[in-house]
Amino acid sequence: MIKPMTAKEAASRVLDGELFILDVRNESDYKDWKIEGKGIQSINRPYFDLIDGVEDVLELLPKGKEVLVACAKEGSSQMVAEMLDEAGVEDVYYLEGGMKSWSEYLNPVKVGDLKDGGSIYQFNRIGKGCLSYLVESGGEAAIIDSARMTDAYVDFAKENNLTIKHLIDTHLHADHISGGRKLAEAANGTYWLPEKDAGEVTFEYEKLEDGKEIVVGSTKIAIQPLYSPGHTIGSTSLIVDDQYLLSGDILFVDSIGRPDLAGKAEDWVGDLRNTLYNKYSELSKDLIVLPAHFGKISEIDEKGIVQAKLGVLFEQNEGLKIESEETFRKAVTENLPPQPNAYQEIRQTNMGQINPNEDEQREMEIGPNRCAITE
Amino acid sequence: MNSTQVLDTKGLSCPMPIVKTKKAMDTLNSGDILEILATDKGAVNDLAAWSKSSGHELLDHKEEDGVFKFWIKKG
Repeated sequence: MIKPMTAKEAASRVLDGELFILDVRNESDYKDWKIEGKGIQSINRPYFDLIDGVEDVLELLPKGKEVLVACAKEGSSQMVAEMLDEAGVEDVYYLEGGMKSWSEYLNPVKVGDLKDGGSIYQFNRIGKGCLSYLVESGGEAAIIDSARMTDAYVDFAKENNLTIKHLIDTHLHADHISGGRKLAEAANGTYWLPEKDAGEVTFEYEKLEDGKEIVVGSTKIAIQPLYSPGHTIGSTSLIVDDQYLLSGDILFVDSIGRPDLAGKAEDWVGDLRNTLYNKYSELSKDLIVLPAHFGKISEIDEKGIVQAKLGVLFEQNEGLKIESEETFRKAVTENLPPQPNAYQEIRQTNMGQINPNEDEQREMEIGPNRCAITE
Repeated sequence: MNSTQVLDTKGLSCPMPIVKTKKAMDTLNSGDILEILATDKGAVNDLAAWSKSSGHELLDHKEEDGVFKFWIKKG
């Protein structure tokens, strides 16, 4: 009997476990993006090369271990899993909902407590490398850089008796469709966006800018915006409770943000440099950086959190150690990874200019985030 | 284009468009052209990759009103 494996279970193996994956998508999709992790081993054999039989792959499968067959949506992985089962392979699973479900799964992890009560959570979209945050205090919540899958936040708020008050996007995203506006409408909350990124938006929003303090709950957890352009012209970081620096797509644990996704690489190099080398360097080195993305699973620490002290990043992150401005310019404008899938359509969707249906949105978001200058 | 046979896989999702294409192709002779109609978006990349790996030639493909049409020449 073949069994389904949920994206949630696959995520737990990625974070802390092991799994053998037979990925049956076509070769180019596999090369572009796949399930990876420390204990994950995977091979690629397209399902259409296995229609006549799976004999050729049998010898490649580990004996006595679970095998997960994965494909784009589910159908092909079921077919191949059944063939393996009939060929006598034990413990065969197929990925429920395929890579689409994998891309959509959000894993919430508590990062820490806030000084006057309340706490901050990181929601990790492991399949796409996107990180969003929920700050809660006194029964209220603010959600930062929320993903399109808004149910995850709504369910979390319900379970913890929280009223969603503020939805904040640190910048206009190019790799994923923001759930901020939808959540704000549903919860009658406030949607915050930097004005300089919102130029062409078709909806109402509150300007996210320096000097505006966002308060969560009665204990006054302050979220302070800090204008930090470079990835986009409006990019704004958030300092939460004087402890955490939500760096958006400006600074990651292993890399820095790319300045080209809104088409202005050369123009924004100076802004990016100034943000990282002048503004960020003046902040407390004890701030814990919580970025909006990770690129590699190794950026997730043993607690399942993507985080690092700002002081440590200034010592270890190569993107913060480039002395020459010319070398920096080259590093952030040349030999960049491919852009995220459908990034222009995603920006238009986030501005409210186009309204794709759910299936189309899902399709647009396929693949890794690719918001850093390195992969 | 002169197709030897037309295969309609509209409404079917992965893996069926390719499974049926393969079966239909097995009944044709080398040089014959199979025309395939599909609505599954995944079929576009997969049919191209399958043609290549199985020695057939994808002559052309286009989209009309949400239906993808493919012409594959048997190798």
